[in-house]
Amino acid sequence: MLAYAIRRLGQSLLVLLAMSFLVFIGVYAIGNPVELLINPQADAVERARATAALGLDKPILEQYATFLARAAHGDLGRSFVYNVPAIQLILDKLPATLELAVVAMAAAIAIGIPLGLIAGLRPHSFIGRAIMAGSILGFSLPTFWVGLVLIMVFSVHLGWLPSNGRGETVLLLGVPVSFLTADGLAHLAMPALNLALYKLSLLIRLTRAGTREAVLQDYVKFARAKGLGPGRVVGVHVLKNILIPIVTVIGLELGSVIAFAIITETIFAWPGSGKLLIDSINQLDRPVIVAYLVVIVTIFIVINFAVDLMYSLLDPRVRLGGAEAGD
Amino acid sequence: MNTIHEAAPAPVDAQSAEPPVESPWRRLWGEFAESRLALLGLGLLVVIVLVALAAPLVSPQNPYDLAQLDVMDSKLPPGEVSPEGKRYWLGTDDQGRDMLSGIFYGLRISLGVGVASTVLALATGLVLGLAAAYFGGWVDAVIMRIADIQLSFPAILIALVLLAVLGQGVDKVVIALVTVQWAYYARTVRSSALVERQKEYIEAAQVLALPRRRIVFRHLLPNCLPPLIVVATIQVAHAINLEAALSFLGLGLPITEPSLGLLISNGFQYLLSGKYWISFYPGVALLTTIVAINLVADQLRDILNPRLKR
Repeated sequence: MLAYAIRRLGQSLLVLLAMSFLVFIGVYAIGNPVELLINPQADAVERARATAALGLDKPILEQYATFLARAAHGDLGRSFVYNVPAIQLILDKLPATLELAVVAMAAAIAIGIPLGLIAGLRPHSFIGRAIMAGSILGFSLPTFWVGLVLIMVFSVHLGWLPSNGRGETVLLLGVPVSFLTADGLAHLAMPALNLALYKLSLLIRLTRAGTREAVLQDYVKFARAKGLGPGRVVGVHVLKNILIPIVTVIGLELGSVIAFAIITETIFAWPGSGKLLIDSINQLDRPVIVAYLVVIVTIFIVINFAVDLMYSLLDPRVRLGGAEAGD
Repeated sequence: MNTIHEAAPAPVDAQSAEPPVESPWRRLWGEFAESRLALLGLGLLVVIVLVALAAPLVSPQNPYDLAQLDVMDSKLPPGEVSPEGKRYWLGTDDQGRDMLSGIFYGLRISLGVGVASTVLALATGLVLGLAAAYFGGWVDAVIMRIADIQLSFPAILIALVLLAVLGQGVDKVVIALVTVQWAYYARTVRSSALVERQKEYIEAAQVLALPRRRIVFRHLLPNCLPPLIVVATIQVAHAINLEAALSFLGLGLPITEPSLGLLISNGFQYLLSGKYWISFYPGVALLTTIVAINLVADQLRDILNPRLKR
């Protein structure tokens, strides 16, 4: 187990290193930020001084080496635009994104799994078909367009919900959160629903597919033949066996929710890290782009690792140590 | 699923003269047609593709010919008649462009990008997946490890970063979409090829001393296709959706290639002032396209999945 964790950590560091290199080289190939930052009337001397001040006059590999050395100390560079450490900028914005992602995921789980079970147990009934049709719709709806329609209906037409910002926040363990104030909840409702919709449909389909295959299995027939009530058959025998892929997907999708929050944050002007990324891309704020990706990739690595651990707890057949022996 | 069916009137190219019960195409069509939703999806899809192909013929105006635009007609609501007596069924945008025509032309670009990237990603994934399955060893390890790592990150994030680096353009969007999609195909092909390789017919072909290339392409490949068809259908919808999202964020197509996503993005700024139609209707077109593709894909998955056969 420990050996597995260590090997896994090594692999993750390798991925992180490779990713940071690719992104660093890639991002440094786009545009010259000096053009955007200094006065257009500045002369060549001034320009050269600004370039040197940002360390942009050195060969790119040397710049990368400097970046790595500083990154090892937790310094991912200073934002060109805001002139504060990039990592601080991101950590300031990250709680808003995480709050949005967690609330969206929780909503998707609470609604998606029960609906998926119903649809899987009665695939040919009216309600089963209706749930599936709904999930196809939810699956197909372009996230950003749903956001626009929500704003159109609830903000412009009905005037019930605010269309941008986080609203009033309170400190929870030193972190500002929106979901504990009425105003914050009103601001949170639409973005969270918007973000949850796709995952909700995914969970419905996954639960339904698993349930449909599970109820045909002998152990379910046997449990029924034993005279167990439908509640126990579904709640224990079916659910336990279909939970493995569902937990995996929930874990992996948590990462993707954070990524998709980029779109939702842009639409609802939610002051999170995704909006920061888009703004930084538009302003060529390279250090922030690189730092965002380093942070997000780290989050993904942690999530994937947690999912693998959970997997081995849920399914005793999975032995983590043997993962390398062959696929 | 076991209900006995009247052989559905199948306009499928049942080119064989064999008895209809034997023809696999006819059987598949019969199963496909069991779901009315799937038929609806197929019908919608045919209409959408025809409209996209014939956009210059069916559009009331060429929305990108500046001579045909009248700025005086800008931001007219749907159904409004302009002073010159032109009726705009879906309204006009800020440039006085007929939204209906804009949507028809936008469909062309969205579908084109979606299909092109899917075909290229399919080809790439097919070759790499087959190579991984057939050669095994380090070839397999390298290809699949890259696919694994890539699939552990959301497509939108990879595409976003790629486009931030590459810049705007149709070719760049296609490159980004192929990059995020090839791994799905490679994985699907590899896993079904590994299963198929163990079967007797491959052994028989090897015993017959058929050339390797023939075994891979004539025997192995056709039997790996059903799951690939399902994945490809779903991925077209994904590609279209992803392109629209990227264009909406301003990182996808340039303003000269207005896909549906770009039209929606353009209308966003007028949404809060109540001029909903500029982004609403392109969204409806996008949604209809994706729903139609998903309905078809859903039924294909059910009829091609042997595990659901009772």
